[in-house]
Amino acid sequence: MRPDDQALRLPLPTDSPLEPPAEWERLRRQCPVATVELPSGDRAAFLTRYDHVKALLTDARFTRPKAGDGAARIAPEGVGGPAADGDGALTLPDRGEPHQRWRRQVGKYFTAKRMTALRPGMVRTAEHLVDEMIRRGRPGDLKAGLGFPLPVYVICDILGVPAEDRDRFSHWSDAFLNVTRFSGEHTRAAHDEFVAYMSAHIEAIRARPGDDLLGMLVKERETDGEGLSDQELIATGMGLLVAGHETTANMIGKMVSLLLADRGRWEGLLADPSLVRTAVEESLRFDANLGFGMRRYLTEDVEIDGELLPSGTTVVCSMPAANRDERAFADADRMDLTRSPNPHLTFGAGPHSCLGQALARTELQVALEVLLRKLPTLRLAVPAEELPRVQGLLVGGLSAVPVTW
Amino acid sequence: MKVSVDQDRCCGAGQCVLTAPEVFDQRDDDGVVVLLDERPAPDRHASVREAAAVCPAAAITVTEEPDA
Ligand code: HEM
Ligand code: SF4
Repeated sequence: MRPDDQALRLPLPTDSPLEPPAEWERLRRQCPVATVELPSGDRAAFLTRYDHVKALLTDARFTRPKAGDGAARIAPEGVGGPAADGDGALTLPDRGEPHQRWRRQVGKYFTAKRMTALRPGMVRTAEHLVDEMIRRGRPGDLKAGLGFPLPVYVICDILGVPAEDRDRFSHWSDAFLNVTRFSGEHTRAAHDEFVAYMSAHIEAIRARPGDDLLGMLVKERETDGEGLSDQELIATGMGLLVAGHETTANMIGKMVSLLLADRGRWEGLLADPSLVRTAVEESLRFDANLGFGMRRYLTEDVEIDGELLPSGTTVVCSMPAANRDERAFADADRMDLTRSPNPHLTFGAGPHSCLGQALARTELQVALEVLLRKLPTLRLAVPAEELPRVQGLLVGGLSAVPVTW
Repeated sequence: MKVSVDQDRCCGAGQCVLTAPEVFDQRDDDGVVVLLDERPAPDRHASVREAAAVCPAAAITVTEEPDA
């Protein structure tokens, strides 16, 4: 962060919704540790190179900022509420040994094996949603028809939430994350409603624990006396919804858009559906609309690229910029559906890397497989440059994906 | 090739199991990686290298050995 640097403003502008900001390339080359101004007006250091982003994300000394840290805020005061600023009362252990214990307690529900077991159910849900979309006729919105409902239905099943309450979950999730569309007051109200709902849900589970994630955590607590408190169970349910819904919903929309934007990609997958796995990874890497990246709040001095970042600095790690770093990926600006290995940073890295990544991967693979099978003639109904963007601040994405077939 | 895993670093993401299921598993009670095969057969080397490269916690170490 050289003092003569002009502070760039985030979000950086792009020409087209699927394209990366031209600025990334210049930053990686000339200014890998840049000073940026967030929409709140607060300043932060901005990392764009693969090695730097990965090193800081994996550094166990630092975590996402929480309220009261004095870290740079994303949104101005009063906007965004709990999801943007971190909520005081309902927090999960976020560092060190208690964090690892929480992760392992919850993480065992998200193992690769479990995800494989959940897969047939997800396929049925996705097929049903695609059938509904076909029934409603062309053109359709792939985001509303498949991208948004699939992950919320899946997380409701995992949390043991009855199917009839799924729409309420969708609403809450939307309200937490759409920082600009809803006022701070509105997010606060949604937050309170959600807490009340989850408290009642956990009461009910205690009476009759099932095989879902929360039921399992409750049973564990009753049998070995260890495990999560009620507050932690509520925060876990809420955290999983917030962390897993909009991110996956957006990614389904962006993945399909990227694959349809160049017909050759879609044709390639139709010709060889065994590429679905690597195509999903490459879509995750290639997505330029991940939002700003992850914040880390420095509680000690750190040196990056020969520059000293003093304790108290907020650092924004741009995973999408790192994912396009030529130093780490050959032909980084080319979407290669067979790329392997593909160590992209879209799920972060290190002790905080996405807990739900096996789930997200499975959902993305299922969505793509079902679309290829049921709608091989799928195409975008508008030119890729005209895809409408999400107006929220936390999660970048497309607000609709108009398609026809 | 010799493989080792660092269970303390593992964050339970399961990428290794998805990539090389014959060589890695996850414990049922906490999702932490288990090494099934310390010296995998040559036809598995590529997927093991891939698993090490994509492990988000850098918990997998592969040592290449001549003729192994
Ligand atoms: C494509 C979809 C997704 C993307 C791009 C994504 C991305 C991320 C990223 C980058 C982090 C790291 C945060 C950090 O380093 O501070 C993270 C953390 C997390 N994600 Fe995801 N995620 C996705 C889906 C999911 C799903 C489906 C779930 C679960 C249902 C989930 C649950 C979590 C949780 C609980 C954390 C916090 C982990 C911790 O702090 O230890 N995510 N996610
Ligand atoms: S990929 Fe790495 S972090 Fe994930 S389960 Fe395997 S060893 Fe653990």
